[in-house]
Amino acid sequence: MAGTALLGRLTWRLGTVVALRDETSTVRTIVLDVPEWPGHRPGQHVDVRLTAEDGYQAERSYSIASPPGREQVELTVERLPDGEVSSYLVGELREGDQFELRGPIGGYFVWNAGDEAPLLLVAGGSGVVPLMCMVRHRAAVGARTPTRLLYSARTLDDLIYRTELEQLAQGDRSPEVVPTLTGVTPPGWTGLARRIDERMLADVAWPAAERPAIFVCGPTALVESVARDLVDLGHEPGRVKTERFGPTGGT
Amino acid sequence: MPLTDENELRLDGNALAGELGRVFAVDVTAADGRCGHCGRVAPLGAQHLYRYPSAPGAVVRCSACGSMLFVLVDLPDGVRMTIGSLSWLRLAPGG
Repeated sequence: MAGTALLGRLTWRLGTVVALRDETSTVRTIVLDVPEWPGHRPGQHVDVRLTAEDGYQAERSYSIASPPGREQVELTVERLPDGEVSSYLVGELREGDQFELRGPIGGYFVWNAGDEAPLLLVAGGSGVVPLMCMVRHRAAVGARTPTRLLYSARTLDDLIYRTELEQLAQGDRSPEVVPTLTGVTPPGWTGLARRIDERMLADVAWPAAERPAIFVCGPTALVESVARDLVDLGHEPGRVKTERFGPTGGT
Repeated sequence: MPLTDENELRLDGNALAGELGRVFAVDVTAADGRCGHCGRVAPLGAQHLYRYPSAPGAVVRCSACGSMLFVLVDLPDGVRMTIGSLSWLRLAPGG
């Protein structure tokens, strides 16, 4: 029995691309058909493995964007400069193509919809992907958890899922979405326009006394500075869960 | 890749879940582990992961004291986990 679980966990599955959706000029969502997908929890990721004709293999981790319970699995991938895997996934992949993936994996950066604590999500750039999975899951199960998403991007056009987030933010008990732009702002922009700092977190986050569940995802430098600021504001380090993307460029 | 700060390459232990799945039959990224060097107890997923692009393996360090907890290396004859200062792992019931 343990052997079955083991095989299930270790198996590389062949996913088939059924649709591709451009989110921004450098970000694309890949909709996959994955046979015998075991289901996932919001925040988990998959490992993707590409194999070249000469046998060379490259592996990367990508967060799952679609909420649990859907038939298909969606990954949202940002093309990185010189990224050998992301360039292929964002630039060259076509409908009907197949590639290997392993997952879902990761038991730490996971939100449980039954958790009644307020949910604070902090994203830099494509770090919004696993957090979007949580926001979508929250909507899908009708959870009432007070939820805020602080989302840093360079420009308005770089905000991934912008239209969907605007729609999601309109309903009753909907998540509050707070974008902050670190690059050029559009004319008439009245929102936040700087990197996430301690003052911004103090304004947007619930007080530490309310013990929110906190998930921070993005480039390593952003995640570390946000996590440090949150702890300085009194949040318990154990309630500040982080997912660093590495040096993936500024947001 | 020009690097000014090696800390830019730091990741979370959570990102190692797939590779750890080759060693353990259950997901250990949510399991608490104790650093034998400083005594800190934290989920493996919250420890610091260093996986350099050119390196053959991954190094997991204590997020409090930086001591090397364990190393996972892919070798021709299999995946090898070398235990450093990790003194214990605790799996929650049902975990």
